[in-house]
This record gives sequence, C-alpha cells and structure tokens, in this order.
Amino acid sequence: MSTPEPAAGRDRAARSPRLDTDALLTDRRTRIIVCCGSGGVGKTTTAAALALRAAELGRDAVVITVDPARRLAQSLGLTELDNTPRLVPLPEPAAPGTADGARPEGGGTLHAMMLDMKRTFDEIVEAHADPARAEQILANPFYQSLSSSFSGTQEYMAMEKLGQLRRSDEWDLIIVDTPPSRSALDFLDAPQRLGRFLDGRLIRFLSAPAKTGGRAFRLLGAGFGVVTGVVSKVVGAQLLKDVQTFVTAFDAVFGGFQERATQTYRLLQAPGTAFLVVAAPESDAIREASYFVERLAEERMPLAGLVLNRTHHSLVPRLSAARGLAAAEALEESGDHPLAASALRLHADRVRVESRELRLRAYFTSTHPAIPVAEVPAQPEDVHDLTGLREIGRALADTGRSAG
Amino acid sequence: MSARDRDWDGVRLHVVTGKGGTGKTTLSAALALALAAEGGRVLLVEVEGRQGIAQLFDCPPLPYEERRVAVAPGGGDVHALAVDAEAALLEYLEMFYGMRRAGQALTRFGVVDFATTIAPGMRDVLLTGKATEAVRRRVRRDRARRPGGDGREAFVYDAVVLDAPPTGRVARFLNVNAEVAGLAKVGPIRNHADRVMEVMRSPETVVHFVAMLEEMPAQECLDGIAEIRRVGLNVGGVLVNMVRPPLLDPAALADAARGEVDVAALARGLKSAGLEHADRMAGDLGRELVEHARRVRAEGEVRERLATAGRPRYELPYLSDGVDLAGLYRLAEELRAQGAA
Ligand SMILES: Nc1ncnc2c1ncn2[C@@H]1O[C@H](COP(=O)(O)OP(=O)(O)OP(=O)(O)O)[C@@H](O)[C@H]1O
Ligand SMILES: Nc1ncnc2c1ncn2[C@@H]1O[C@H](COP(=O)(O)OP(=O)(O)OP(=O)(O)O)[C@@H](O)[C@H]1O
Ligand SMILES: [Mg+2]
Ligand SMILES: [Mg+2]
Repeated sequence: MSTPEPAAGRDRAARSPRLDTDALLTDRRTRIIVCCGSGGVGKTTTAAALALRAAELGRDAVVITVDPARRLAQSLGLTELDNTPRLVPLPEPAAPGTADGARPEGGGTLHAMMLDMKRTFDEIVEAHADPARAEQILANPFYQSLSSSFSGTQEYMAMEKLGQLRRSDEWDLIIVDTPPSRSALDFLDAPQRLGRFLDGRLIRFLSAPAKTGGRAFRLLGAGFGVVTGVVSKVVGAQLLKDVQTFVTAFDAVFGGFQERATQTYRLLQAPGTAFLVVAAPESDAIREASYFVERLAEERMPLAGLVLNRTHHSLVPRLSAARGLAAAEALEESGDHPLAASALRLHADRVRVESRELRLRAYFTSTHPAIPVAEVPAQPEDVHDLTGLREIGRALADTGRSAG
Repeated sequence: MSARDRDWDGVRLHVVTGKGGTGKTTLSAALALALAAEGGRVLLVEVEGRQGIAQLFDCPPLPYEERRVAVAPGGGDVHALAVDAEAALLEYLEMFYGMRRAGQALTRFGVVDFATTIAPGMRDVLLTGKATEAVRRRVRRDRARRPGGDGREAFVYDAVVLDAPPTGRVARFLNVNAEVAGLAKVGPIRNHADRVMEVMRSPETVVHFVAMLEEMPAQECLDGIAEIRRVGLNVGGVLVNMVRPPLLDPAALADAARGEVDVAALARGLKSAGLEHADRMAGDLGRELVEHARRVRAEGEVRERLATAGRPRYELPYLSDGVDLAGLYRLAEELRAQGAA
C-alpha cells in the first residue's frame, strides 16, 4: 500500500483556505445559513452547534431542525413536533470567548424548532384559501398522502418555513438543517420535483375538461379515454378523482405551484445567505460534497465552505503506523508489556484512519482549491446536549483560528 | 442438510432493513452468500434502482432479469435481480390486461411514472410483488430438479434476500395491503396485494435489522422493530455491523474509561520496545487509550440497548480495507459461524 506519511498529507491538506465560522456568525450581514450534505454526516448537529455559538456570540438565532436525534431534541427543549420556535435557555457558563479571555458580546438568544412538514403544508393552505376551500383541500385523501409522504415535501416545507421566518424578521440569523436524504442534491432538486409534478402535463390533462386533454393525447397517438382508463385501472378511479379535485382546488388558490417553488428558491441566492456543506471523511460523502459544491456554483448560490465532520487524529503524529505496529509485535512476543502493546496497536489503527482521511481531504481540496474548509474531530461519544454542541462549535471556531 | 445450528431454517424470504448507510446492501449480499453456501440457490433482490448489487459483485449493471452473480462457499449460487417499478408495471399490465403495446406507448408520456407517483403504494406492490413471486416460484414440472417436501415441485430458490428500503419506510413498504386499501377494494391490484401479504405474513418471512453500535442507528433499529411488530410482520435478527474489537482487556478498559492509565508502565513498555521520548509519548498514547475506552464504553451501552429487543444478534466486523469481494465472503462466513445461515 502506498500510504502517504500523515505529516505530508497534512501539509497538503493545509493548503486550502480555512473556514472561519466565527467570522461568518458575527458578520451581521449573514442572515441565513443552510447546512447541507449527504445522509448522516452531521447536518443537524452542525446546524444546532452553529446556532448555539451564534447566540453566545450575541446573535438572535433560530435553528430549524429536521428529524433531530431524540436526545438532542430533548436537550434543546423540543419535546414535540410543534412547528414553533422555542426559546432555549442558554447554559452557564456561557460565552465561547471566555476560554481565551475575550468577553462575549452577550445579549444573544437561541430559539429552536423541529420542522413539522405536514403542519407547514396545512398552514400554507389555510393562509391562502378561504376557509371552505381550505377545508376541502385538507380533507382530500390525495392531499393527505402528498403532504405526509411525497418525496420532496419535506425539502419543500423546510424552504417554506425558512421563507416564513425570514419574512417575520424576528431573528437576525436563521440556521437551517436539511432533511435526511441520500444525496445532498435532493435539497435543491426535490422542491422543483414537487412543483413539476403538480404542474405536470399529465396532471393538467387529467384534470382539464376532456376536450383539451383529449386533443393533446390524440396528438401523441392515443385516445384520452385509453389514458384515463389505464390510470384509473392502475391507481383506482377514486384516487384519480381525488387527484383531480385536489388539483382544481389547489390551482384556484395558488396558481402555479412551480412558480411558488421558484420564488421561495430565490431566497437561497439572496445576499446574506451562506451554504455550508457538511461531509464526513468517507469517500461517498466527499464525492457527494463535490457534486453539491459544483451545483451551488451553477445555481449561483453562495457557498461559505466545507465542514469536515468526525475526523480522527492521532495524538502522536511522529510515530508512524508501521513503527507502532512493529513495536507492538515485538512487545507481544516478549509478553512483558501488554498495556504498551495494546496502546501501540491502537495508535497504529488511528494513524491509518488519519492518513486515509487526509487523502480524502486532499482529494477534495485539490479539485476545489478555493473552498474554505473547517474540521470537527469525532467526539468520543454522541453529541446530544448543549455541552456537546458547544464543543462542536468551539472545534469549528478553532480550525478557523489556528494556522494548521 | 448439515447438523449446524441455524437460526432461520424454514425461512425463505429474508427482508433486510436498517438506517441509511449502515450496510443493508452489503449485509444482504453477505447473507445471500451465506444462505447459498454448500449447494443452495438464493436470489438477492434490490428495489431502489441504485445498482448496489452490481457494484458489490463487481459486475455490469443488472438488467430486469435474474442473473447469477456469485458462487457461494462450498458450491451454491447467488442470483440477483434489480427490480424496476416501471418494468414491473408493464409486466403486470400485460399479465392482467394483455396490454403490452399500449403499456409501452403510455410510458412515453409518463403515465407509468405518474401512476406510481400519485400512488406510492402502487410502486411498492409492484416491487414486493416481484420478490414474493420469486419466493413462491416452483420449478416447472417438465424440468423438475427434485420434488419439494410437500410432494409438489421444488422451489426455484431456496431463499430470497430482499435489500429493502431504510427503516423509516420499511413498514409501509412491506405492509402493502394497508397501503393499497385506499386504492382498490377489489380487482387485480387487490388480489396482487393479497398474495404479497400472504407471503409477507407467513412464518417463512422475517425482517432483519442492520444496526451499528451508535446511538441513531440503534434507536432506528429499535423503533423499526416495534413498528414491524405492530403491523404484524415477523422480526428476524439484529445484524450489528462495523464492529471493531476492543484492544484492551475489560479491566484495563474500565480503568481507562475513567481516565486512569498507568502511564509509568506504558512508558516502561515503550522504552523496552526501543522507542525514543518514551515518557512524553506515554502520556499521549495514554490519552488515545482513554478515548478508545470511552468509545468502547459507549458502544457497550448501545449493545445493551439493542439486546432489549430480545432478538438474535450477530456481530459483523468492520473491514478496514473497505468491502470488496473477499470482504463479502468474510462477512458471509461470519454469518454462518454465528448461526445466521
Ligand atoms: N463530531 C462528531 N463527533 C461525534 N459524533 C457526532 C459528531 N457529529 C455528529 N455526531 C453524531 O452522529 C449522528 C448523526 O449526526 P446528525 O444527526 O447531525 O447527522 P445528519 O446529517 O443530520 O443525519 P440525517 O441525514 O439522518 O439527518 C448523531 O448521533 C450525532 O450525535
Ligand atoms: N462491515 C463493514 N466494514 C466496512 N465497511 C462497510 C461494512 N459494511 C458496509 N460498509 C461500507 O459502508 C457503506 C454503506 O454500506 P451499504 O451501501 O451496504 O449501506 P446501505 O445501508 O445499503 O446504504 P443505503 O442506505 O445508502 O442503501 C459502503 O461504503 C460499504 O462499503
Ligand atoms: Mg439530520
Ligand atoms: Mg443500500
């Protein structure tokens, strides 16, 4: 195996600019931070940690979490999905600045909420339709399955909620977590998919009077009757009717749904918005992060940097894996120093993990040399309380400060 | 049959679920290999259109067709199938309405996509329908290999392993009857769903959960088990993936987790191994030990929580060089050694 020595890898990795999260958080022009990334990399943890740190640096911050781990939610005082930001009592001693003697600016607050996608959708309906029509939409079985299970609804509703909070102007910093999904790109694509579906040709034809629909289908070489016939055979006549009623009612209220999706979307290009891409030092997650970074550039959405979460470092970088292992084997042969032998084996493992991670980081930075990177070491245990979140926030700030 | 103690004798459909990224696809493949060992014939099915099986077995993308992808230890075949809802719907339209040509025309303007989108239950029935059909399928009379135990023709596959959607969606996915209840009260879809459910609920089907020794995957596993029970399906085993062996004996681990490491003894060991700066190094290596011990302790707590599910548990090692074919066979051997197959 051609494992580069960790020291060499570290030098290479250090070439990318450092992501200064404290600067981002204290810059009053920063109004929205979106934490994206592939599944399980630490989006929710990062979003919550940044919001806490922002509050401790004096901002009035709110974090929108999506499906947080139960214990983390509890520690933020979120016991139920109620879609309202709740004030989180900040623990003493506050102030991330105190460690190096600086005074916190003070006066910040932290609110947290858990996204309830169905309720968010219901609220849009209630806000835009007259009561009678709203009731009709809410009771429609197709609406009910759409609002609770369509892939893309969660992403769309996270965006909606972000838009609502931004318009309310009650917080000077909104940090958004994004829904768990395999691919980070889903956050950008899913709302459009929902919009496209609701505005789709087929759904229009099916809900339009038979004449228009009929003509369109004949052009394509099939009778309208055939098409509706198949669809109703496959999905059932009742469901098809529900869809038609829903689309008609919904259209009367909203006009083009896609148009709405696009508007909500512009928020993401607005000045004051910053994206953070979170990735774990694993090949899949790094590859996803690369795709996402490229996509953001295409969409002209501002990227603040990459957060590399859950990295591992050995505490004795000078001792290579090979030497550590050789020493461990020698000791095991003599049988005299079991503790040292185990410690050396453990160390060799850590160095191997570290060099693999550094190679992955180097791969990212060589393809995206201008993207600032911050790193958060893996904590020995899960992050599920404010103390743990504060540790993460501090680790983020530290990479921004230290010189490598 | 060998005299080994196997936990799932009699089970013919193994559904594998778990939190995203915990190793469902990897362990489904390993389980298929393990079940096929010593002369069996097993079908491995994937349903998410990601060609994960082809990647694992290092073969070209799978068409909508059963293909042999591997030979199991001691002889035996693993076949694989990537089920695609669209192809399955066309097959279905042809079977029940004789509409193959019309069906193909309809795909052109997205009717199939539309149908499976507005009725996600429809998609699930098509996918599970294909897997359960393979479970029931018997060798045709004219080329029967050997008669089955009940005097009828033998099954084509001794077992089917289904690489299922993640925990959050699996109950809905498997419990197709409830899903299509709103869609169709009678008719072909209903019958289709009923036959799927018959297999799903039979004692020949179990749902295994992949977990890791981390809080969220474990919590999802426990929640998933509760949900699968609630909908009346059979819970199989808990496959604990990516387990790393502790490098210290239990007493030393307990001390280190409390932050107590005999740094002087450590330094003596390092010196005797001829390492320089042994004293300083001992302090740092001691801290590495403490972190390791705390992680092991946290993992132990997760392991205890997983035990509360009261299901057989299997532990699969973390493969530090990644999962290649050799790694898959190693995981399969582990599953056999622990009695999962
Ligand atoms: N730096 C870290 N050290 C240790 N554990 C961490 C770290 N970051 C996150 N975790 C843990 O990893 C798990 C997953 O983190 P988190 O929920 O933030 O990920 P996510 O990206 O939001 O996942 P999902 O895609 O499922 O929403 C949690 O249990 C969390 O406590
Ligand atoms: N025992 C193991 N040791 C090392 N790596 C593993 C192990 N099991 C799985 N992996 C790796 O973990 C990653 C996820 O595995 P896999 O794709 O099987 O998970 P999954 O649950 O099917 O994911 P998804 O939810 O995306 O379908 C892969 O890169 C795989 O190689
Ligand atoms: Mg999350
Ligand atoms: Mg998979």
